[in-house]
Amino acid sequence: MREVIIIGSGPAGYTAAIYTARAGLKPLLIASSVEAGGELMKTTEVENFPGFPEGLQGPELMANLQAQAERFGTEVLLDDVIEVDLTGDIKILKTGGGETFEAKTVILSTGAAYRELGLPREKELSGHGVSWCATCDGFFFRERTIAVVGGGDSAMEEAIFLTRFAARVYLIHRRDSFKASKIMVERALNNPKIEVIYNSEVAELHGEGKLTGVTLRDTVNGSTNNLDLDGLFIAIGNDPRVWLVENQVELTPEKFIKVDGRSSRTNLPGVFAAGDVIDPTYRQAITAAGSGCVAALDAEHYLQSH
Amino acid sequence: MAAKNVTTASFQADVLNNAKPVLVDFWAEWCGPCRQVAPVLDAIAAEYAGKIEIVKVNVDEEPALAQQYGIVSIPALQVFQGGELVKQMVGAKPKPVLVAELSEFLA
Repeated sequence: MREVIIIGSGPAGYTAAIYTARAGLKPLLIASSVEAGGELMKTTEVENFPGFPEGLQGPELMANLQAQAERFGTEVLLDDVIEVDLTGDIKILKTGGGETFEAKTVILSTGAAYRELGLPREKELSGHGVSWCATCDGFFFRERTIAVVGGGDSAMEEAIFLTRFAARVYLIHRRDSFKASKIMVERALNNPKIEVIYNSEVAELHGEGKLTGVTLRDTVNGSTNNLDLDGLFIAIGNDPRVWLVENQVELTPEKFIKVDGRSSRTNLPGVFAAGDVIDPTYRQAITAAGSGCVAALDAEHYLQSH
Repeated sequence: MAAKNVTTASFQADVLNNAKPVLVDFWAEWCGPCRQVAPVLDAIAAEYAGKIEIVKVNVDEEPALAQQYGIVSIPALQVFQGGELVKQMVGAKPKPVLVAELSEFLA
């Protein structure tokens, strides 16, 4: 029986691991078999994580967090939790690798998964011009014409990053202003390779075996027009990853895990949640890390009184 | 054991002329998901050593191969059998999913 098991390996999960490990609780962190490190594994330069004045690469930040967690005795397992029973005093977790674990407390930090446009043929064209990972795929679009869909910081970051390769980058956004931070919007608007298409959404994907373009629909007057493209990068946000626990843990109306006030306590005793899976608002590496710390302290407190 | 690195020069011998099915992992240093899936592929290679061979193509070093096989997303996992491209997958996936997708080559 473990004192604490942490599910997820982004900034929230690793921070919870650092704190619970330093408290002598020997946490097991189940990192996922292929998404270990979480969303930051797909980013490049992280400039806003405090304590790194020159910035650092997302994957490097995650490697640092893992090393720090392991230094204090965290055990990291590269596997996927596929089934849980969190309702009893003893929490039971099963992994894709066929192992079963028991724990007194569980910290859920499963993060969020990228959102799809929901268009027909989106799956078929994924990896054939439609992409969710600018850092992975930008390289293949040298001197090509591509577009980024979205209006948040991720969309700005991707569009700016992609100008290193592409001849032209359209930024397609359904509103007439961006919700991204001011510094990112300014960088995007000042980039001569980026052209913003406001009040537009992608209505249709074109191409056989490979993306050749899209139909854009004007969100104000409904008119449509075609845009020829070699690549389309989708950055329209994320949805909290709750499928594992949604039949046991109470969710908010927006399908985030519901926690009690400023704490990480879910409706189930001994079950705590942290990071993007509870956060519809801020979703930063540093807020996720802070939230992982809260969960660790809450779990520690719970173990002292049970 | 780390997967063998394949180049334009060795592609014919290592992949197209191979008696076994060969999974080619098109990857790059700067691709986070490529790093995430690498140990999964190593595990499959070890477990099914007699059935399938798993090799790597570094797209930075071998842009011509990447272009020839139409790679626009990585990690791209392409299976060759008898000199023919018979299966394509894109993205990092958990081991059970990859094993299921590759089942016809692992039996």
